[in-house]
Amino acid sequence: MAKKKFVVGCFDDEDLLFPAVRKVRTVGYKIHDIYTPFPVHGLDHAMGLRETSLHTAGFIYGITGTTTALSCISWILTKDWPLNIGGKPHFALPAWIPITFELTVLFAAVGMVLTFCYLCQLAPFVKKHRFHLRATDDLFVMVIECTDKTNTDDLKSFLSNAGAVETELQIAEADWWVGSYDKDEVPFENTNEIAA
Amino acid sequence: MHLKYESQLREPLVSGNKDYHQVTEDIIRPIEAKPSKLWYVGFFTAVALLMFGVYSVYREVTYGIGQWNLNKTIGWGWDITNFVWWVGIGHAGTLISAVLLLFRQGWRTGVNRAAEAMTIFAVMCAGQFPIFHMGRVWMAFFVMPYPNSRGPLWVNFNSPLLWDVFAISTYFTVSLLFWYSGLLPDFATVRDRAKTKLRQKLYGTAAFGWSGSAKHWQRHESLSLVLAGLSTPLVLSVHTIVSFDFATSVIPGWHTTIFPPYFVAGAIFSGFAMVQSLLLIVRKVFALEDYITLGHIEAMNKVIVLTGSVVGIAYLTELFMGWYSQNKYEGYTFWYSRAYLFSPYGWSYWGMMACNVISPQIFWFRKMRRNIYVTFFMSIIVNIGMWFERFVIIVTSLYRDYLPSSWSVYYSPTIYEIGFYLGTFGLFFTCFFLFAKYFPVIAVAEIKFVLKTTGENYKEKMGHLEHVPAEVFAHSGHGHTLVENHGSN
Repeated sequence: MAKKKFVVGCFDDEDLLFPAVRKVRTVGYKIHDIYTPFPVHGLDHAMGLRETSLHTAGFIYGITGTTTALSCISWILTKDWPLNIGGKPHFALPAWIPITFELTVLFAAVGMVLTFCYLCQLAPFVKKHRFHLRATDDLFVMVIECTDKTNTDDLKSFLSNAGAVETELQIAEADWWVGSYDKDEVPFENTNEIAA
Repeated sequence: MHLKYESQLREPLVSGNKDYHQVTEDIIRPIEAKPSKLWYVGFFTAVALLMFGVYSVYREVTYGIGQWNLNKTIGWGWDITNFVWWVGIGHAGTLISAVLLLFRQGWRTGVNRAAEAMTIFAVMCAGQFPIFHMGRVWMAFFVMPYPNSRGPLWVNFNSPLLWDVFAISTYFTVSLLFWYSGLLPDFATVRDRAKTKLRQKLYGTAAFGWSGSAKHWQRHESLSLVLAGLSTPLVLSVHTIVSFDFATSVIPGWHTTIFPPYFVAGAIFSGFAMVQSLLLIVRKVFALEDYITLGHIEAMNKVIVLTGSVVGIAYLTELFMGWYSQNKYEGYTFWYSRAYLFSPYGWSYWGMMACNVISPQIFWFRKMRRNIYVTFFMSIIVNIGMWFERFVIIVTSLYRDYLPSSWSVYYSPTIYEIGFYLGTFGLFFTCFFLFAKYFPVIAVAEIKFVLKTTGENYKEKMGHLEHVPAEVFAHSGHGHTLVENHGSN
């Protein structure tokens, strides 16, 4: 994994963020990401992100749970070990609804959370570069990825004009790693290499 | 795009002059400070109770169920009473976080984190009772359906007791996932302002590397919404299934179709009461009065008076059916064993009536709903009443069965039966004290999300909008152009 050059602009008001995103995109800079302390509704659309399909995955996990429950219970109670309970039918669908429902919910919830963690690359001991420590407190941190042609000073003043209260140039590894947050311990070898 | 303006008629959910940073400060500071003396007193009292509980369970496991005073007809006593009581309490958390999220009840944000924690700990406590009531607890894994060397002998999927196993374990898992996924951003907040290496390490691990990326938030929102949608029927199903344990039997007093809705209402009732007891202490100890306002307390008291009255209607319906069915066993159970004050357990029925039906009616008065002392007192009363309810249902139906020769002697618990119950209090409060000290007790990110529409200082700035005629407001793009400093599209 290689390091890249980023220009970081911090906004202290989400109402200034939206026009800034539009300006940045109109000019043609590439927004790497925007880090916010809470979900800002509409920001994903403003950035041009596509809708998430996590809920579709949840639906698929859910019906997997339904089928698992129904097929297992029906096989167990009608084929593998049919019990005669007062002459009642072996295939007792109404009595299976509670467990079928519970397993539907269980599969959907567990599957979705695991998928969420996988997609966002979240796990215990995973570390990611923090562009600004106040991004989880009160700042909305817009990170713009630079190419070798980018004039970073221009970009910085451009962001300031758009309302950023702080701008900064950072060379960072934007991917995740396992280790600590100490700068000298970031476990990447080619620290000098800056990819375009 | 969320709403930019909320009417001033609605009480602010966050009082005081707050900005985003102040919210972080107020909620995270107790985590970073040393715990007070009172915290240590509470924590070690809870641990002591837990130890006594462990000893009581040790007695039960070593010497058998005989350590409890259960007898020939009273096969379920305090243990199952406590089980249902704790599960009921465990319903408020998910109700607040899921049902109120779907209903767009803004006030849930102040209380959902602590209520969800309460849910998880209460379900943990509840689970102990059926497990140890098995007697041979080392065979508890027999409830798992897996291909085994005993035949394979499967569990009975048609039994409500097995439905319970699935319902409670699913409920616990889903609540835990819901709670923890909401905690990730807040753990990241604690991590990023940590001053010590250890705290950074611990909270860094707990935060799973959360960064607050826009894409992650988008997925997080989707996840919360779907989990809320799943939890809503789940929370209703769990207590429904618990009530099936009784309702599918042929015991007079249990065999009724009214049980599922009646149990669910009772669960919400007792759960909210427990949330009140805990939050009234938390807001005082951690100085969070600006976030858990009188408005929050009033809203919960409204739920309490509603569900308490639903439960009251259910009691009266049962009594009516006991007479109207003209079934003499039903009539005996309802009109003698329960409602007759001078029958052996009549005191518990009337205790239940006084605590659950009569006393919560005080909350029809706004003054009482907004009185902290009354609320705290009532929350304790309601929980006592709901414990009596389960005791009444279980014991008064069991102590006299169809055959008078097998009527049991008067059942009262042994010290180890009580000790087990006290032990679960120890477990609950040990967990809750640790939670209150080491976790953000209020969802920081969610408060920030609603701050600009419901914060007191932001609402005041919008004051001039109250005088704009509705026509003008509606045709100006939902008031966007009328709001000062508004720059978004």
